[in-house]
Amino acid sequence: MAYILIFFSAIFVNNIVLSQFLGICPFLGVSKKIDTALGMSAAVAFVLTIATIVTYLIQKLLEAYDLVYLQTIAFILVIAALVQMVEIVLKKVSPSLYQALGVFLPLITTNCCILGVAILVAQGTYNSQGLEPNLISGVVYAVSTAIGFGLALTLFAGIREQLEMMDIPAGVKGTPVALIVAGLLAMAFMGFSGVDNGLARVFGI
Amino acid sequence: MNYLKILLNGIIKENPTFVLLLGMCPTLGTTSSAINGMSMGLATMAVLIFSNLIISLIKSLVPDMVRIPCYIVVIASLVTLLQMIMQAYTPEVYASLGLFIPLIVVNCIILGRAEAFAAKRGPVESIFDGIGIGLGFTIALTLLGAIRELLGTGRIFGLELYSENYGMLLFVLAPGAFIALGYLIAVVKKVAKI
Repeated sequence: MAYILIFFSAIFVNNIVLSQFLGICPFLGVSKKIDTALGMSAAVAFVLTIATIVTYLIQKLLEAYDLVYLQTIAFILVIAALVQMVEIVLKKVSPSLYQALGVFLPLITTNCCILGVAILVAQGTYNSQGLEPNLISGVVYAVSTAIGFGLALTLFAGIREQLEMMDIPAGVKGTPVALIVAGLLAMAFMGFSGVDNGLARVFGI
Repeated sequence: MNYLKILLNGIIKENPTFVLLLGMCPTLGTTSSAINGMSMGLATMAVLIFSNLIISLIKSLVPDMVRIPCYIVVIASLVTLLQMIMQAYTPEVYASLGLFIPLIVVNCIILGRAEAFAAKRGPVESIFDGIGIGLGFTIALTLLGAIRELLGTGRIFGLELYSENYGMLLFVLAPGAFIALGYLIAVVKKVAKI
């Protein structure tokens, strides 16, 4: 039950883009078309899940040797290497998937939602209900976060596709109107706030 | 190019927030008040100046193929130093900025300036570019933070201008960040004609 709570809370209540401001660059950069948005979401989901598992284990290793201050350097290097490795493996194993995700994979290294989620899971501060953080709940959190990212990105891309056809005042054309739309979307997601506490009560946590 | 021109270039012509649209995550995430925005801007500026300096010094030693990983290691080491210094001397600021301090590593402004400027110029010019871009970022963050704090709580830098009861709480929360930045970019574009 606790996992369902983490799932809903990461997708709707604490959406990674719209309420935690991580991964804004791809959110603004690759949201002009729904197709590219879906490709980016899939690539992020893929890398985020693997990166969370690997960095969780690395964090345990750093803690064992009392080297936690190296966390930032270790994580970013591991993520950069991982993205490269995923790219090479994917090219061999599934060329069609590589074709689909190809352009987005290198961009992911500097996507702050990967490093952000890795640090949050390593710190164990990702669930507000005070559940015992472990690898499984960390992975559930990472997958849900990726779904939340994909949901926000796809919704936003859909709105922006429609926006192309609208008559927008010259002053706010381009980035400003995109940001204002993102603000309205964030406002819509604020409607979910409190749902996590309600669910916690229903499940008796 | 003289040094003043490099400085002004970073603040106005290539302002990272308003013109280049880089580093949006800390811009939106840490500007719930003017002081938070300013601390984030100054922290980023400190990393940027030293990363520009170091990268312009080591650029001829680094093979072209592995330059990006090398730059990332330099930046990550500087961020780790900054984390330690902030934890020791300004623990309150460190706590309020939270996750966004380690995330300076993946701030595209820093790697972008390393690639676009420091890897091609001398150390002194690179320091000035770091100061200019850093100041541009700090000014943008402070401005956005001040606007959000004023509209949301009626204060600027904690100084009360009108009662909090009349504040629009929305601007302190997440949606207000997007909306305020959207309008701010529109206004800056109009005023500066860029």
